[in-house]
Amino acid sequence: MYRKEKSIQLKSSSAALYNNLSVLRPPGRQLLCFSAVHGPSVTVLSAAADGLGFSHRQLQAKEGGMAVSTCVLTQASWCVLPSRVLLVLTSQKGIQMYEFDGSIMVYWHALDVTEHPPAQAVFARGIAAAGGRFICVGTSSGLVLVFDIPPKGTNITVSEVLEQHRDAITDIAAELGRAPDGAGDLVTADDAGTLCVWSAGEEFTLLSKIPAFGCACSSVKLWNGVVAAGYGNGQIRLYEAATGLLRAEVNAHARWIYALDLAPQTGKLLSGAEDSFVHVWKLSTNPDTDDVEINHCHAECVTDTQVCGARFCDPEGNSFAVTGYDLSEIFRYARA
Amino acid sequence: MSARTLPLLFLNLGGEMLYILDQRLRAQSIPGEKARKVMNDIITTMFNKKFMEELFKPQELYSKKALRTVYDRLAHASIMRLNQASMDKLYDLMTMAFKYQVLLCPRPKDILLVTFNHLDAIKDFVRDSPGILNQVDETFRQLIETYSCLSAGEFQLIRQTLLIFFQDMHIRVSIFLKDKVQNSNGHFVLPISGPVPWGTEVPGLIRMFNRSGDEVKRTEFTTDGNYVTPQREGSFDLYGDRVLKLGTNMYSVSRPVETHTSGSSKNLASHAKENITPNPLAKEELNFLARLLGGLEVKKPGGSETGFRLNLFTTDEEEEHAALTRPEELSYKVINIEATQEPGRRAELSRILGELEVAEPRPASSGKGEDLLALMDGL
Repeated sequence: MYRKEKSIQLKSSSAALYNNLSVLRPPGRQLLCFSAVHGPSVTVLSAAADGLGFSHRQLQAKEGGMAVSTCVLTQASWCVLPSRVLLVLTSQKGIQMYEFDGSIMVYWHALDVTEHPPAQAVFARGIAAAGGRFICVGTSSGLVLVFDIPPKGTNITVSEVLEQHRDAITDIAAELGRAPDGAGDLVTADDAGTLCVWSAGEEFTLLSKIPAFGCACSSVKLWNGVVAAGYGNGQIRLYEAATGLLRAEVNAHARWIYALDLAPQTGKLLSGAEDSFVHVWKLSTNPDTDDVEINHCHAECVTDTQVCGARFCDPEGNSFAVTGYDLSEIFRYARA
Repeated sequence: MSARTLPLLFLNLGGEMLYILDQRLRAQSIPGEKARKVMNDIITTMFNKKFMEELFKPQELYSKKALRTVYDRLAHASIMRLNQASMDKLYDLMTMAFKYQVLLCPRPKDILLVTFNHLDAIKDFVRDSPGILNQVDETFRQLIETYSCLSAGEFQLIRQTLLIFFQDMHIRVSIFLKDKVQNSNGHFVLPISGPVPWGTEVPGLIRMFNRSGDEVKRTEFTTDGNYVTPQREGSFDLYGDRVLKLGTNMYSVSRPVETHTSGSSKNLASHAKENITPNPLAKEELNFLARLLGGLEVKKPGGSETGFRLNLFTTDEEEEHAALTRPEELSYKVINIEATQEPGRRAELSRILGELEVAEPRPASSGKGEDLLALMDGL
């Protein structure tokens, strides 16, 4: 039911990194923006809605202090706040925040490399907007940094540091639909597979902690109080955010999952993995019976492609885009 | 990213190099005694204790060009000589083979099994030399000690670091093309059938639970994939069945070493870009090289030994032609420019090497510093 559309060419190939594609529809504009990390750089591309005309921009990882080796970016993602949209890049050296089009860097946060033992990798990874005025970013030591973002200007500050994870943060997601009372509005995931559900606010509070089961969680989404998590063993699991109860388990992929996305208006879930498959699922919740359901809708094999990024391009989930390791192309699919 | 990547990169590329040299030594009908000496000399150098110590220190990866210098030195650790075109071809084959193995290994952790396959084969090459065998086993133990405690997430980070290292390399290798595991554009074929990784379920089942944890509904879905459950997990011990075949010797007399070295025009653009950006890492890279090469003992053919030249091509004409027609984007020339055209840089390297000589006096009269510079000039 989805058909392949014309691909978009990238100036450089995509790196094998989790969630290596971000898509933005800037409010009030007939534009679609894409970003994918190459390694030391990220390509930001805006395409007119009619599919004609593109503009490219290449942003480099900022080198903090002594350059010992090339600094690699780990993720790029847009954060949509009510007052502004920022493009956030994470790297081995720190966190870079830009105006949405990548034109001006408004904030730079350096990671303290010296406080780590030499064998431990240092990087930031996992990006999400939360609570109307915060941006949360994870680190390799398991911390989640909460940045307070003013409506305009560069006066960005770290308002809080969340210390519940003991392994490297992999992904962070904010509620995309409407959270039931007391369900929380932010979920953080780590390398061991531990998930934490938070309520964002002046002070963030931990609502539930879903323990690890020996498998890294590479991508996570939160929708109407349901946590959807993708794992290294190819499984997708659905948990109730408020209680942490497991409500569904899907043997979805044959290899490591790299990306999940959720279409907020329909509850469609997109998953992409190293096995070269992209799947579309449909989630539904019944508020009367508390039931959570998931159904398989569509399977797409992106031949000879280790999928590293997959995102819906509209809120209904009628179209999606995919990136793959070593490929300088964004594949696009739309409902026939 | 991961500071634990270099030992795996070096050992696996080294393993591939030995497979290719072994096959070429046979193809060129080098007498058994001489061939064995070459293999033994290279393996002894590769698993040198001091060198291994440097290698296992946590560190970031350096450029392909820097690493190539190390293999250039390693390949010349015996009485055998390779010229520029053959060395280029050797390095292309090694890197594409290991890229394939990293890309295809079922779980990130299985990179360790690939490494063990290489070490098992190396041990077989030196099975008649107990001293060298011990050296290899020592590295084996060090690998187990360093890597057995890492989590799946940490192995994934190592794998991602390796994949970034190999990104945009699309050299076509005839043995892969013949086996239909590589496409004509240089990308590898990814199978959607066969055993799933150990610990992964065959896709197709959806289970739903109520709030008490009871399964209340079960549905199935189908895909074009045709997967099966794996029989057993490979052994991560010093001895054992690795199950995984990636990293074993794919060459034989009937499957000779051949390459098509051609890059696409797209590669050209990205490589050119890489070359014009000023490289702030050059000094750090030279440090790395000096440190690593400091641990590599290189023998010069002399005395009663007669050296010989190994050709990675079928004929000398072919080799010559390859040297002349090698695409510019596939050349490894950057370090050469850095080392010779800037007097400051050259002095810096001499200083580094000078320090090394003080720390480790060498019996040979040939100046080691000049030797390394000459080696780099030769790139």
